[in-house]
Amino acid sequence: MRTLISETEIRRHRALYLAVLGAVTIAFTLAFLFPVYWMVTGALKSPVELAQPTPTLIPERFRPESYADAWNRMDIARYFGNTVFYAFGGWLFVLVLDVAVAYALSKLRPVLGNVILGGMLASLMLPASALLIPAYLTVADVPLLGVNLLNTPWALWLPAVANAFNIYVLKRFFDQIPNDLLDAAAIDGAGRLRVLWSVVLPLSRPVLGVVSIFAIIGIWKDFLWPLLVLPEPAAQTLSVALSRLSLTSQVPLNMMLAGLVIASIPMIVIFLIFQRSIIGGLSAGAMKG
Amino acid sequence: MIGDNLLAYAFMAGGLACFALFSWYPLIRGIMLSFQQVNFVTDPYWVGTENYVALFEDPLFWTAWRNTLVFSGIALVFGYLVPLFLAILMNELRHLKGFFRVAVYLPVMLPPIVVVLLWRYFYDPGNGLFNTVLSAVGLPTSQWTQSSGTALFSLVLVSTWANLGGATLMYLAGLQSIPGELYEAAELDGASVWQRLRHVTIPQLRFLMLVLLLLQVIATMQVFIEPYQLTGTTNPDTITVMVLIYRYAFTVNNDFGLAAAMSVTLFVVLAAFSAVYLRLTRSQES
Repeated sequence: MRTLISETEIRRHRALYLAVLGAVTIAFTLAFLFPVYWMVTGALKSPVELAQPTPTLIPERFRPESYADAWNRMDIARYFGNTVFYAFGGWLFVLVLDVAVAYALSKLRPVLGNVILGGMLASLMLPASALLIPAYLTVADVPLLGVNLLNTPWALWLPAVANAFNIYVLKRFFDQIPNDLLDAAAIDGAGRLRVLWSVVLPLSRPVLGVVSIFAIIGIWKDFLWPLLVLPEPAAQTLSVALSRLSLTSQVPLNMMLAGLVIASIPMIVIFLIFQRSIIGGLSAGAMKG
Repeated sequence: MIGDNLLAYAFMAGGLACFALFSWYPLIRGIMLSFQQVNFVTDPYWVGTENYVALFEDPLFWTAWRNTLVFSGIALVFGYLVPLFLAILMNELRHLKGFFRVAVYLPVMLPPIVVVLLWRYFYDPGNGLFNTVLSAVGLPTSQWTQSSGTALFSLVLVSTWANLGGATLMYLAGLQSIPGELYEAAELDGASVWQRLRHVTIPQLRFLMLVLLLLQVIATMQVFIEPYQLTGTTNPDTITVMVLIYRYAFTVNNDFGLAAAMSVTLFVVLAAFSAVYLRLTRSQES
Protein backbone atom coordinates (compact mmCIF):
# COMPACT_ATOMS: atom_id res chain seq x y z
CA MET A 1 0.00 0.00 0.00
CA ARG A 2 1.27 3.46 -0.92
CA THR A 3 1.94 5.76 2.07
CA LEU A 4 3.55 9.12 2.66
CA ILE A 5 6.99 7.90 1.63
CA SER A 6 7.26 5.72 -1.47
CA GLU A 7 9.06 2.39 -1.77
CA THR A 8 11.63 3.97 -4.12
CA GLU A 9 12.47 6.68 -1.61
CA ILE A 10 12.87 4.09 1.12
CA ARG A 11 15.13 1.97 -1.05
CA ARG A 12 17.21 5.00 -1.93
CA HIS A 13 17.73 5.88 1.76
CA ARG A 14 18.07 2.32 3.05
CA ALA A 15 20.57 3.19 5.80
CA LEU A 16 18.42 6.02 7.14
CA TYR A 17 15.35 3.78 7.07
CA LEU A 18 17.13 1.04 9.01
CA ALA A 19 18.40 3.56 11.55
CA VAL A 20 14.88 4.90 12.13
CA LEU A 21 13.48 1.37 12.33
CA GLY A 22 16.10 0.45 14.93
CA ALA A 23 15.53 3.61 16.96
CA VAL A 24 11.75 3.15 16.95
CA THR A 25 12.09 -0.51 17.95
CA ILE A 26 14.33 0.42 20.88
CA ALA A 27 12.09 3.33 21.90
CA PHE A 28 8.92 1.20 21.83
CA THR A 29 10.60 -1.59 23.77
CA LEU A 30 11.87 0.80 26.44
CA ALA A 31 8.70 2.83 26.69
CA PHE A 32 6.03 0.15 26.52
CA LEU A 33 7.52 -3.27 27.23
CA PHE A 34 10.21 -2.43 29.74
CA PRO A 35 7.82 -1.23 32.51
CA VAL A 36 5.96 -4.54 32.21
CA TYR A 37 9.25 -6.46 32.32
CA TRP A 38 10.25 -4.44 35.38
CA MET A 39 7.01 -5.34 37.13
CA VAL A 40 7.26 -9.07 36.36
CA THR A 41 10.93 -9.37 37.38
CA GLY A 42 10.59 -6.96 40.29
CA ALA A 43 8.15 -9.38 41.86
CA LEU A 44 10.80 -12.10 41.61
CA LYS A 45 13.37 -10.09 43.60
CA SER A 46 13.76 -10.17 47.36
CA PRO A 47 12.59 -7.14 49.38
CA VAL A 48 16.25 -6.45 50.19
CA GLU A 49 17.24 -6.40 46.53
CA LEU A 50 14.29 -4.11 45.71
CA ALA A 51 15.42 -1.64 48.38
CA GLN A 52 18.96 -1.32 46.98
CA PRO A 53 19.91 2.15 45.73
CA THR A 54 21.13 0.73 42.39
CA PRO A 55 18.43 -1.40 40.82
CA THR A 56 19.35 -4.70 39.15
CA LEU A 57 18.21 -5.46 35.63
CA ILE A 58 17.99 -9.19 36.22
CA PRO A 59 17.04 -10.53 39.67
CA GLU A 60 20.10 -11.77 41.58
CA ARG A 61 18.14 -14.76 42.75
CA PHE A 62 14.73 -15.69 41.42
CA ARG A 63 12.09 -15.89 44.11
CA PRO A 64 8.86 -17.05 42.49
CA GLU A 65 7.51 -17.48 46.04
CA SER A 66 6.38 -13.82 45.92
CA TYR A 67 3.62 -14.86 43.57
CA ALA A 68 2.50 -17.70 45.83
CA ASP A 69 2.74 -15.41 48.90
CA ALA A 70 0.65 -12.73 47.20
CA TRP A 71 -1.89 -15.30 46.08
CA ASN A 72 -2.27 -16.77 49.58
CA ARG A 73 -1.24 -14.20 52.16
CA MET A 74 -2.52 -11.05 50.46
CA ASP A 75 -5.72 -12.98 49.70
CA ILE A 76 -5.29 -12.22 46.00
CA ALA A 77 -6.97 -15.58 45.30
CA ARG A 78 -10.24 -14.29 46.72
CA TYR A 79 -10.14 -10.94 44.88
CA PHE A 80 -9.14 -12.63 41.66
CA GLY A 81 -12.07 -15.03 42.03
CA ASN A 82 -14.43 -12.12 42.76
CA THR A 83 -13.28 -10.25 39.66
CA VAL A 84 -13.66 -13.31 37.42
CA PHE A 85 -17.16 -13.84 38.80
CA TYR A 86 -18.13 -10.18 38.24
CA ALA A 87 -16.64 -10.09 34.76
CA PHE A 88 -18.29 -13.29 33.52
CA GLY A 89 -21.62 -12.53 35.15
CA GLY A 90 -21.56 -9.03 33.67
CA TRP A 91 -20.67 -10.48 30.30
CA LEU A 92 -23.67 -12.86 30.43
CA PHE A 93 -26.07 -10.08 31.41
CA VAL A 94 -24.75 -7.76 28.72
CA LEU A 95 -24.96 -10.44 26.07
CA VAL A 96 -28.44 -11.72 26.91
CA LEU A 97 -30.16 -8.41 27.68
CA ASP A 98 -28.44 -6.18 25.10
CA VAL A 99 -28.90 -8.74 22.30
CA ALA A 100 -32.58 -9.02 23.21
CA VAL A 101 -33.04 -5.23 23.09
CA ALA A 102 -31.12 -4.88 19.83
CA TYR A 103 -33.05 -7.77 18.22
CA ALA A 104 -36.40 -6.35 19.27
CA LEU A 105 -35.48 -2.88 17.99
CA SER A 106 -34.05 -4.18 14.73
CA LYS A 107 -36.40 -6.99 13.74
CA LEU A 108 -39.61 -6.70 15.78
CA ARG A 109 -39.79 -2.93 15.35
CA PRO A 110 -42.21 -2.13 18.21
CA VAL A 111 -44.21 1.09 18.56
CA LEU A 112 -41.97 3.80 20.08
CA GLY A 113 -38.90 1.74 19.17
CA ASN A 114 -37.16 4.78 17.73
CA VAL A 115 -37.92 6.86 20.79
CA ILE A 116 -36.40 4.17 22.98
CA LEU A 117 -33.31 3.90 20.78
CA GLY A 118 -33.01 7.70 20.86
CA GLY A 119 -33.23 7.69 24.64
CA MET A 120 -30.52 5.06 24.85
CA LEU A 121 -28.24 6.87 22.42
CA ALA A 122 -28.78 10.14 24.28
CA SER A 123 -27.24 8.45 27.31
CA LEU A 124 -23.97 8.31 25.37
CA MET A 125 -23.82 12.04 26.01
CA LEU A 126 -23.89 11.49 29.75
CA PRO A 127 -20.42 10.94 31.12
CA ALA A 128 -20.63 8.06 33.61
CA SER A 129 -18.96 10.27 36.18
CA ALA A 130 -21.79 12.82 36.10
CA LEU A 131 -24.22 10.07 37.14
CA LEU A 132 -21.94 8.69 39.84
CA ILE A 133 -23.73 10.07 42.89
CA PRO A 134 -27.36 9.38 41.86
CA ALA A 135 -26.42 5.95 40.45
CA TYR A 136 -24.72 5.14 43.76
CA LEU A 137 -27.83 6.15 45.70
CA THR A 138 -29.91 4.02 43.32
CA VAL A 139 -27.77 0.97 44.06
CA ALA A 140 -27.89 1.67 47.79
CA ASP A 141 -31.70 1.71 47.73
CA VAL A 142 -33.29 0.53 44.48
CA PRO A 143 -36.46 2.52 43.72
CA LEU A 144 -39.75 0.55 43.97
CA LEU A 145 -37.95 -2.61 45.14
CA GLY A 146 -36.28 -1.00 48.15
CA VAL A 147 -33.33 -3.40 48.16
CA ASN A 148 -29.71 -2.54 48.86
CA LEU A 149 -27.32 -3.86 46.20
CA LEU A 150 -24.10 -2.51 47.74
CA ASN A 151 -21.49 -5.27 48.08
CA THR A 152 -23.46 -7.57 45.76
CA PRO A 153 -22.51 -8.56 42.19
CA TRP A 154 -25.74 -6.95 40.93
CA ALA A 155 -24.18 -3.53 41.56
CA LEU A 156 -21.71 -4.26 38.75
CA TRP A 157 -23.84 -6.46 36.49
CA LEU A 158 -26.94 -4.33 36.02
CA PRO A 159 -25.23 -0.99 35.20
CA ALA A 160 -23.03 -2.83 32.66
CA VAL A 161 -26.18 -3.65 30.67
CA ALA A 162 -27.11 0.03 30.32
CA ASN A 163 -24.54 0.53 27.57
CA ALA A 164 -25.95 2.28 24.53
CA PHE A 165 -22.84 1.63 22.47
CA ASN A 166 -23.32 -2.17 22.67
CA ILE A 167 -26.95 -1.89 21.67
CA TYR A 168 -26.12 0.44 18.81
CA VAL A 169 -23.40 -1.84 17.43
CA LEU A 170 -25.60 -4.94 17.76
CA LYS A 171 -28.63 -3.29 16.21
CA ARG A 172 -26.62 -2.01 13.25
CA PHE A 173 -25.33 -5.52 12.67
CA PHE A 174 -28.80 -7.10 12.94
CA ASP A 175 -30.15 -4.48 10.51
CA GLN A 176 -27.84 -5.87 7.85
CA ILE A 177 -29.24 -9.39 8.14
CA PRO A 178 -31.84 -9.68 5.33
CA ASN A 179 -35.42 -10.03 6.50
CA ASP A 180 -36.04 -12.64 3.78
CA LEU A 181 -33.81 -15.01 5.72
CA LEU A 182 -35.89 -14.47 8.85
CA ASP A 183 -39.17 -14.80 6.94
CA ALA A 184 -38.03 -18.08 5.40
CA ALA A 185 -37.31 -19.43 8.86
CA ALA A 186 -40.68 -18.16 10.08
CA ILE A 187 -42.47 -19.95 7.21
CA ASP A 188 -40.71 -23.11 8.30
CA GLY A 189 -42.48 -22.63 11.61
CA ALA A 190 -39.73 -21.02 13.71
CA GLY A 191 -40.91 -18.63 16.43
CA ARG A 192 -39.22 -15.26 17.12
CA LEU A 193 -36.93 -16.68 19.76
CA ARG A 194 -36.04 -19.64 17.55
CA VAL A 195 -35.19 -17.28 14.66
CA LEU A 196 -32.95 -15.24 16.96
CA TRP A 197 -31.20 -18.35 18.25
CA SER A 198 -30.81 -20.33 15.00
CA VAL A 199 -30.53 -17.64 12.34
CA VAL A 200 -29.49 -14.26 13.76
CA LEU A 201 -26.98 -15.29 16.43
CA PRO A 202 -24.92 -17.70 14.29
CA LEU A 203 -24.58 -14.94 11.68
CA SER A 204 -23.59 -12.39 14.33
CA ARG A 205 -20.58 -14.17 15.76
CA PRO A 206 -18.04 -11.43 14.96
CA VAL A 207 -20.05 -8.63 16.57
CA LEU A 208 -20.94 -10.81 19.56
CA GLY A 209 -17.22 -11.47 19.99
CA VAL A 210 -16.36 -7.77 20.03
CA VAL A 211 -19.15 -6.90 22.46
CA SER A 212 -18.12 -9.80 24.74
CA ILE A 213 -14.45 -8.83 24.83
CA PHE A 214 -15.21 -5.19 25.56
CA ALA A 215 -17.74 -6.12 28.27
CA ILE A 216 -15.22 -8.33 30.07
CA ILE A 217 -12.35 -5.86 29.72
CA GLY A 218 -14.61 -3.04 30.88
CA ILE A 219 -15.51 -4.76 34.15
CA TRP A 220 -11.96 -5.99 34.74
CA LYS A 221 -10.43 -2.53 34.32
CA ASP A 222 -13.10 -0.49 36.08
CA PHE A 223 -12.02 1.20 39.30
CA LEU A 224 -14.12 4.11 40.54
CA TRP A 225 -17.53 2.42 40.38
CA PRO A 226 -16.48 -0.79 42.20
CA LEU A 227 -14.59 1.38 44.69
CA LEU A 228 -17.90 3.03 45.61
CA VAL A 229 -20.32 0.11 45.49
CA LEU A 230 -18.10 -2.58 47.05
CA PRO A 231 -16.97 -1.06 50.37
CA GLU A 232 -16.87 -4.49 52.03
CA PRO A 233 -13.29 -5.84 51.60
CA ALA A 234 -14.47 -9.44 51.11
CA ALA A 235 -16.59 -8.42 48.11
CA GLN A 236 -13.99 -6.24 46.40
CA THR A 237 -12.50 -6.59 42.94
CA LEU A 238 -8.79 -7.10 42.53
CA SER A 239 -8.27 -3.47 41.46
CA VAL A 240 -10.06 -2.04 44.49
CA ALA A 241 -8.33 -4.46 46.86
CA LEU A 242 -4.89 -3.60 45.46
CA SER A 243 -5.63 0.09 45.90
CA ARG A 244 -6.78 -0.44 49.49
CA LEU A 245 -3.78 -2.64 50.34
CA SER A 246 -1.36 -0.14 48.83
CA LEU A 247 -2.85 2.75 50.81
CA THR A 248 -3.37 1.17 54.19
CA SER A 249 -1.15 -1.77 54.98
CA GLN A 250 2.49 -2.64 55.02
CA VAL A 251 2.57 -5.09 52.13
CA PRO A 252 6.15 -5.89 51.04
CA LEU A 253 6.94 -4.42 47.64
CA ASN A 254 7.71 -7.75 45.98
CA MET A 255 4.30 -9.10 46.98
CA MET A 256 2.57 -5.95 45.80
CA LEU A 257 4.30 -6.22 42.42
CA ALA A 258 3.28 -9.88 42.20
CA GLY A 259 -0.31 -8.76 42.85
CA LEU A 260 -0.06 -6.23 40.02
CA VAL A 261 1.22 -8.91 37.64
CA ILE A 262 -1.58 -11.31 38.61
CA ALA A 263 -4.15 -8.55 38.01
CA SER A 264 -2.68 -7.95 34.54
CA ILE A 265 -2.35 -11.54 33.33
CA PRO A 266 -5.97 -12.13 32.23
CA MET A 267 -6.02 -8.84 30.32
CA ILE A 268 -2.74 -9.57 28.56
CA VAL A 269 -3.87 -13.09 27.66
CA ILE A 270 -7.18 -11.79 26.28
CA PHE A 271 -5.29 -9.14 24.34
CA LEU A 272 -2.81 -11.57 22.80
CA ILE A 273 -5.57 -13.98 21.78
CA PHE A 274 -8.09 -11.43 20.50
CA GLN A 275 -5.72 -8.71 19.21
CA ARG A 276 -7.38 -8.65 15.83
CA SER A 277 -10.93 -8.16 17.14
CA ILE A 278 -9.82 -5.67 19.78
CA ILE A 279 -7.88 -3.51 17.36
CA GLY A 280 -10.56 -3.90 14.69
CA GLY A 281 -13.32 -2.96 17.16
CA LEU A 282 -11.28 0.07 18.20
CA SER A 283 -10.96 1.37 14.64
CA ALA A 284 -14.65 0.72 13.99
CA GLY A 285 -15.43 2.64 17.17
CA ALA A 286 -13.35 5.58 15.97
CA MET A 287 -15.26 5.80 12.73
CA LYS A 288 -18.75 5.25 14.08
CA GLY A 289 -18.46 6.82 17.50
CA MET B 1 -49.74 -6.64 15.77
CA ILE B 2 -50.41 -6.12 19.46
CA GLY B 3 -48.94 -9.56 20.06
CA ASP B 4 -45.77 -8.55 18.24
CA ASN B 5 -45.47 -5.39 20.30
CA LEU B 6 -45.96 -7.28 23.53
CA LEU B 7 -43.29 -9.74 22.46
CA ALA B 8 -40.89 -6.93 21.53
CA TYR B 9 -41.37 -5.25 24.90
CA ALA B 10 -40.93 -8.60 26.64
CA PHE B 11 -37.58 -8.92 24.87
CA MET B 12 -36.59 -5.40 25.89
CA ALA B 13 -37.87 -5.48 29.48
CA GLY B 14 -34.54 -6.35 31.17
CA GLY B 15 -32.46 -3.90 29.14
CA LEU B 16 -35.02 -1.11 29.55
CA ALA B 17 -35.12 -1.61 33.31
CA CYS B 18 -31.32 -1.29 33.47
CA PHE B 19 -31.35 1.88 31.38
CA ALA B 20 -34.13 3.36 33.46
CA LEU B 21 -32.37 2.57 36.74
CA PHE B 22 -28.81 3.46 35.83
CA SER B 23 -29.06 6.06 33.14
CA TRP B 24 -32.37 7.91 32.77
CA TYR B 25 -33.50 8.07 36.38
CA PRO B 26 -30.05 9.05 37.76
CA LEU B 27 -29.89 11.98 35.36
CA ILE B 28 -33.12 13.45 36.74
CA ARG B 29 -32.28 12.48 40.29
CA GLY B 30 -28.80 13.99 40.03
CA ILE B 31 -30.21 17.35 39.08
CA MET B 32 -32.82 17.12 41.86
CA LEU B 33 -30.20 16.12 44.42
CA SER B 34 -28.15 19.19 43.65
CA PHE B 35 -31.05 21.27 45.05
CA GLN B 36 -31.62 19.02 48.06
CA GLN B 37 -30.15 18.31 51.45
CA VAL B 38 -29.46 14.59 51.91
CA ASN B 39 -28.69 13.38 55.42
CA PHE B 40 -29.90 9.74 55.63
CA VAL B 41 -31.83 10.55 58.83
CA THR B 42 -34.79 12.38 57.33
CA ASP B 43 -35.99 12.23 53.73
CA PRO B 44 -34.09 14.55 51.38
CA TYR B 45 -35.59 18.05 51.50
CA TRP B 46 -35.39 21.02 49.14
CA VAL B 47 -32.87 23.74 49.93
CA GLY B 48 -33.02 25.77 46.72
CA THR B 49 -29.62 26.89 45.48
CA GLU B 50 -27.88 26.47 48.85
CA ASN B 51 -25.62 23.67 47.56
CA TYR B 52 -24.48 25.78 44.64
CA VAL B 53 -23.81 28.78 46.87
CA ALA B 54 -21.78 26.60 49.24
CA LEU B 55 -19.96 25.11 46.27
CA PHE B 56 -18.98 28.43 44.73
CA GLU B 57 -17.85 29.71 48.12
CA ASP B 58 -15.60 26.72 48.65
CA PRO B 59 -12.10 27.62 47.43
CA LEU B 60 -11.58 23.93 46.63
CA PHE B 61 -14.23 24.17 43.91
CA TRP B 62 -12.09 26.67 42.00
CA THR B 63 -8.88 24.77 42.77
CA ALA B 64 -10.37 21.52 41.49
CA TRP B 65 -11.59 23.12 38.28
CA ARG B 66 -8.29 24.90 37.70
CA ASN B 67 -6.32 21.66 38.26
CA THR B 68 -8.68 19.75 35.98
CA LEU B 69 -8.32 22.29 33.18
CA VAL B 70 -4.53 22.38 33.56
CA PHE B 71 -4.43 18.57 33.59
CA SER B 72 -6.61 18.38 30.46
CA GLY B 73 -4.55 21.07 28.78
CA ILE B 74 -1.21 19.32 29.32
CA ALA B 75 -2.78 15.93 28.57
CA LEU B 76 -4.04 17.32 25.26
CA VAL B 77 -0.61 18.50 24.20
CA PHE B 78 0.88 15.07 24.93
CA GLY B 79 -2.05 12.79 24.31
CA TYR B 80 -2.92 14.57 21.11
CA LEU B 81 0.40 15.10 19.39
CA VAL B 82 2.30 12.01 20.50
CA PRO B 83 -0.23 9.47 19.13
CA LEU B 84 -0.42 11.31 15.81
CA PHE B 85 3.36 11.31 15.55
CA LEU B 86 3.62 7.62 16.53
CA ALA B 87 0.89 6.57 14.09
CA ILE B 88 2.56 8.35 11.16
CA LEU B 89 5.88 6.75 12.09
CA MET B 90 4.31 3.28 12.43
CA ASN B 91 2.55 3.63 9.12
CA GLU B 92 5.78 4.42 7.28
CA LEU B 93 7.77 1.52 8.73
CA ARG B 94 7.69 -1.58 6.56
CA HIS B 95 8.84 -4.05 9.21
CA LEU B 96 7.69 -5.25 12.65
CA LYS B 97 4.23 -3.70 12.21
CA GLY B 98 2.60 -6.30 14.44
CA PHE B 99 5.13 -5.71 17.20
CA PHE B 100 4.62 -1.93 17.21
CA ARG B 101 0.87 -2.33 17.33
CA VAL B 102 0.95 -4.77 20.24
CA ALA B 103 3.56 -2.73 22.14
CA VAL B 104 1.73 0.58 21.89
CA TYR B 105 -1.59 -0.96 22.97
CA LEU B 106 -0.20 -3.12 25.80
CA PRO B 107 -0.44 -0.36 28.47
CA VAL B 108 -4.07 0.28 27.51
CA MET B 109 -4.88 -3.33 28.43
CA LEU B 110 -3.35 -3.11 31.90
CA PRO B 111 -5.88 -2.34 34.64
CA PRO B 112 -5.45 1.36 35.56
CA ILE B 113 -4.67 0.52 39.17
CA VAL B 114 -1.72 -1.59 38.00
CA VAL B 115 -0.42 1.32 35.94
CA VAL B 116 -0.60 3.88 38.73
CA LEU B 117 0.88 1.60 41.39
CA LEU B 118 3.73 0.65 39.06
CA TRP B 119 4.42 4.29 38.27
CA ARG B 120 4.26 5.22 41.94
CA TYR B 121 7.17 2.90 42.40
CA PHE B 122 9.02 4.44 39.39
CA TYR B 123 8.36 7.95 40.75
CA ASP B 124 9.62 7.15 44.27
CA PRO B 125 11.96 10.06 45.11
CA GLY B 126 14.19 7.77 47.21
CA ASN B 127 15.23 4.87 45.00
CA GLY B 128 12.63 5.01 42.22
CA LEU B 129 13.80 4.02 38.78
CA PHE B 130 13.35 7.48 37.24
CA ASN B 131 15.56 9.27 39.72
CA THR B 132 18.15 6.49 39.59
CA VAL B 133 18.37 6.83 35.81
CA LEU B 134 18.42 10.65 35.98
CA SER B 135 21.25 10.75 38.48
CA ALA B 136 23.16 8.03 36.61
CA VAL B 137 23.30 10.23 33.52
CA GLY B 138 24.06 13.32 35.62
CA LEU B 139 20.67 15.05 35.39
CA PRO B 140 18.95 16.62 38.40
CA THR B 141 16.44 14.34 40.10
CA SER B 142 12.83 15.33 40.77
CA GLN B 143 10.27 14.93 43.54
CA TRP B 144 7.76 13.92 40.84
CA THR B 145 4.32 13.55 42.43
CA GLN B 146 5.48 14.94 45.76
CA SER B 147 6.21 18.52 44.83
CA SER B 148 3.58 21.05 43.89
CA GLY B 149 5.53 22.18 40.84
CA THR B 150 5.72 18.79 39.15
CA ALA B 151 2.79 16.82 40.60
CA LEU B 152 0.15 17.56 37.95
CA PHE B 153 2.67 17.05 35.20
CA SER B 154 3.67 13.68 36.66
CA LEU B 155 0.02 12.62 36.71
CA VAL B 156 -0.39 13.59 33.06
CA LEU B 157 2.67 11.52 32.18
CA VAL B 158 1.23 8.34 33.73
CA SER B 159 -2.16 8.92 32.22
CA THR B 160 -0.73 9.55 28.77
CA TRP B 161 1.43 6.43 28.93
CA ALA B 162 -1.57 4.36 29.92
CA ASN B 163 -3.94 5.69 27.26
CA LEU B 164 -2.11 6.85 24.16
CA GLY B 165 -2.31 3.43 22.48
CA GLY B 166 -6.01 3.83 21.73
CA ALA B 167 -5.65 7.11 19.87
CA THR B 168 -2.52 5.85 18.11
CA LEU B 169 -4.30 2.83 16.66
CA MET B 170 -7.28 4.93 15.62
CA TYR B 171 -4.96 7.31 13.77
CA LEU B 172 -3.23 4.32 12.20
CA ALA B 173 -6.58 3.06 10.88
CA GLY B 174 -7.28 6.57 9.56
CA LEU B 175 -3.89 6.74 7.84
CA GLN B 176 -4.46 3.38 6.18
CA SER B 177 -7.69 4.58 4.64
CA ILE B 178 -5.97 7.48 2.81
CA PRO B 179 -5.93 6.59 -0.92
CA GLY B 180 -2.37 6.05 -2.18
CA GLU B 181 -3.11 7.94 -5.41
CA LEU B 182 -3.20 11.21 -3.46
CA TYR B 183 0.41 10.75 -2.45
CA GLU B 184 1.41 9.68 -5.94
CA ALA B 185 -0.22 12.74 -7.49
CA ALA B 186 1.46 15.03 -4.96
CA GLU B 187 4.80 13.39 -5.63
CA LEU B 188 4.40 13.86 -9.38
CA ASP B 189 3.73 17.53 -8.69
CA GLY B 190 7.09 17.65 -6.95
CA ALA B 191 5.83 17.83 -3.37
CA SER B 192 8.46 16.92 -0.75
CA VAL B 193 7.73 14.56 2.14
CA TRP B 194 6.93 17.50 4.43
CA GLN B 195 4.63 19.07 1.88
CA ARG B 196 2.85 15.75 1.37
CA LEU B 197 2.44 15.42 5.14
CA ARG B 198 1.07 18.93 5.43
CA HIS B 199 -1.15 18.99 2.37
CA VAL B 200 -2.29 15.36 2.08
CA THR B 201 -1.98 13.47 5.37
CA ILE B 202 -3.11 16.12 7.83
CA PRO B 203 -6.12 17.35 5.80
CA GLN B 204 -7.24 13.74 5.27
CA LEU B 205 -7.09 13.11 9.02
CA ARG B 206 -8.79 16.35 9.98
CA PHE B 207 -12.13 14.77 10.89
CA LEU B 208 -10.54 12.03 12.99
CA MET B 209 -8.32 14.61 14.72
CA LEU B 210 -11.36 16.61 15.69
CA VAL B 211 -13.20 13.54 16.98
CA LEU B 212 -10.21 12.41 19.04
CA LEU B 213 -9.74 15.93 20.39
CA LEU B 214 -13.29 15.91 21.75
CA LEU B 215 -12.98 12.36 23.13
CA GLN B 216 -9.71 13.30 24.78
CA VAL B 217 -11.21 16.40 26.42
CA ILE B 218 -14.17 14.37 27.69
CA ALA B 219 -11.93 11.59 29.04
CA THR B 220 -9.23 13.73 30.66
CA MET B 221 -11.69 16.01 32.44
CA GLN B 222 -12.97 12.95 34.29
CA VAL B 223 -9.53 11.97 35.56
CA PHE B 224 -9.75 10.24 38.92
CA ILE B 225 -7.51 7.27 39.61
CA GLU B 226 -4.17 9.03 39.04
CA PRO B 227 -4.71 11.84 41.58
CA TYR B 228 -6.68 9.57 43.95
CA GLN B 229 -3.98 6.93 44.11
CA LEU B 230 -0.76 8.92 43.62
CA THR B 231 -1.42 12.10 45.58
CA GLY B 232 -4.53 11.43 47.68
CA THR B 233 -7.84 13.25 48.01
CA THR B 234 -6.64 16.12 50.19
CA ASN B 235 -3.74 17.49 48.18
CA PRO B 236 -4.79 20.91 46.82
CA ASP B 237 -2.08 20.73 44.13
CA THR B 238 -3.74 17.83 42.36
CA ILE B 239 -7.36 17.72 43.52
CA THR B 240 -9.55 17.39 40.42
CA VAL B 241 -13.28 17.68 39.83
CA MET B 242 -13.86 13.92 40.16
CA VAL B 243 -11.70 13.70 43.26
CA LEU B 244 -13.65 16.55 44.82
CA ILE B 245 -16.97 14.87 43.99
CA TYR B 246 -15.68 11.71 45.65
CA ARG B 247 -14.43 13.68 48.63
CA TYR B 248 -17.67 15.62 49.14
CA ALA B 249 -19.77 12.46 48.99
CA PHE B 250 -17.67 9.74 50.56
CA THR B 251 -15.01 11.20 52.84
CA VAL B 252 -15.05 14.30 55.02
CA ASN B 253 -18.33 15.97 54.16
CA ASN B 254 -20.66 13.04 53.38
CA ASP B 255 -22.72 15.63 51.57
CA PHE B 256 -24.44 14.07 48.57
CA GLY B 257 -26.23 17.29 47.65
CA LEU B 258 -22.96 19.19 47.39
CA ALA B 259 -21.37 16.33 45.42
CA ALA B 260 -24.37 16.29 43.07
CA ALA B 261 -24.04 20.03 42.49
CA MET B 262 -20.37 19.54 41.64
CA SER B 263 -21.36 16.72 39.25
CA VAL B 264 -23.85 19.04 37.55
CA THR B 265 -21.10 21.59 36.85
CA LEU B 266 -19.00 18.80 35.27
CA PHE B 267 -21.98 17.52 33.34
CA VAL B 268 -22.79 20.94 31.88
CA VAL B 269 -19.24 21.40 30.63
CA LEU B 270 -18.90 17.87 29.24
CA ALA B 271 -22.38 17.82 27.67
CA ALA B 272 -21.34 20.68 25.42
CA PHE B 273 -18.37 18.69 24.14
CA SER B 274 -20.46 15.51 23.84
CA ALA B 275 -23.11 17.32 21.81
CA VAL B 276 -20.51 18.56 19.33
CA TYR B 277 -19.01 15.09 19.16
CA LEU B 278 -22.32 13.33 18.49
CA ARG B 279 -23.27 15.92 15.91
CA LEU B 280 -20.00 15.46 14.08
CA THR B 281 -20.10 11.67 14.01
CA ARG B 282 -23.79 11.63 13.08
CA SER B 283 -23.26 14.03 10.16
CA GLN B 284 -20.28 12.00 8.97
CA GLU B 285 -22.42 8.87 8.85
CA SER B 286 -25.29 10.17 6.78
